[in-house]
Amino acid sequence: METNTFEPKIVGFLCRWCTYQGADLAGTSRMEYPPNLIPVRVMCSGRVDPSFVMQAYSEGADAVVIFGCHLGDCHYQEGNYKAMRRYHLLKKMIEELGIEPQRLQLEWVSASEGERYQKEVSRIFSEVRELGPLDLNNGKAQSNG
Amino acid sequence: MDKPKVAFYWCASCGGCEEAVVDLNEDILKVVEAVDIVFWPVALDFKKKDVEAMPDGSIAVSFINGAIRLSEQEYMVNLLRKKSGLVVAFGSCAHLGGIPGLSNFYDAKLSLERAYRLSPSTDNPDNIFPSEETKINGSTLELPKFYDTVKTLDQVIDVDYYLPGCSVPADLIMNAVTAILEGKLPPKGTVLAPDKILCDTCKRNETKPEKMEVNEIKRPYEVMLDPEKCFLEQGVICLGPVTRSGCGERCIEANMPCRGCFGPTSKIRDQGAKLVSSLASIFNTNDEKEIQEIVDTIADPAGTFYRFSLPDSLLRRRRLEV
Repeated sequence: METNTFEPKIVGFLCRWCTYQGADLAGTSRMEYPPNLIPVRVMCSGRVDPSFVMQAYSEGADAVVIFGCHLGDCHYQEGNYKAMRRYHLLKKMIEELGIEPQRLQLEWVSASEGERYQKEVSRIFSEVRELGPLDLNNGKAQSNG
Repeated sequence: MDKPKVAFYWCASCGGCEEAVVDLNEDILKVVEAVDIVFWPVALDFKKKDVEAMPDGSIAVSFINGAIRLSEQEYMVNLLRKKSGLVVAFGSCAHLGGIPGLSNFYDAKLSLERAYRLSPSTDNPDNIFPSEETKINGSTLELPKFYDTVKTLDQVIDVDYYLPGCSVPADLIMNAVTAILEGKLPPKGTVLAPDKILCDTCKRNETKPEKMEVNEIKRPYEVMLDPEKCFLEQGVICLGPVTRSGCGERCIEANMPCRGCFGPTSKIRDQGAKLVSSLASIFNTNDEKEIQEIVDTIADPAGTFYRFSLPDSLLRRRRLEV
């Protein structure tokens, strides 16, 4: 059987109050997880403009994950709710643009959940590896295309 | 002294931008007095070879409308670029891709299929499709190549200025022409229109409630639109929050929401993505299931939010099947 060796590029937007620290905890606790996620620290999941997600895809990300605080725990009261509303609308929009819904994910991971971070990153990694490359540049770069 | 030479050209467009030039009414006489029109296929009988024979840089300014979808258009705009001092992308299609840019949801094959076979008004029993070369009676006829992807003008050639709009309002054209003639031009790359969003100049902004909330998105035909109230407040998608002002609010005056033909302001990189952000902020619920229900009432987010700007967006097109 052929093994899948595709190494996806995943961009993660991590809320600095929860998941960023959760990821830190996973690291200091020496938990192992795939190194394919590029973390971008943001002040709140509500700070993630949908344009950031689109830019990540256009610059070669195979998937984008937005990590925020559990609902009700937002440092700014409801930034994560705003992220959730945008996420569902954006997801519908990217599907029309031919991008599989699994390439955009939203996860809640608190500062104490290092293990959850490890588990979610591993799960997302396997899902995206299964999907294969997004390969948008094929459409964009072709000069006569 | 010779009058400055001006060229007009059209690519993938509807002809509305040519109409916009004629819409200058008496003002067009002032323009004609001040400049020499050396190329304008829709109105004057000059040929490609006439342009090819001109010295490089001899045209002061070329106004090019329409998106780029054919190899012929690509050749012509490159030719005009070489012959012109300034190139102005004229109208939504040249600026952002415009309505022809919506075919970036498909590829060349699907677009031709639709036009030459599937559309209900097509009668094509012999399945004749346009092809680049057709042999007929021993000779070969050639057609330009039809590309998969529609492009904005600045994705093909260097563009100096942009005149937005579908079509460009007369006052913006006159301002631009005057600025060019007087040599009072802003920095290269400027869109020659105000850099404010439409809501800033929209009359309905005054009656907008402090907190806007909707629990359903409706299409304009599904609702009797109030002529005073903000469209978003009425649950109808309006691209005002992400669209440049300067159009004179022609649609709003006619009680129709903004569809975004002026494109984004300089602060917005991706018009559709920004509208996702803006629209989601007025959903009146924090419940995941209810959010999904509101999203389900939006028929075609990508086509609506990128109605005029898909080729100009960060992704430029629907992903091509590999």
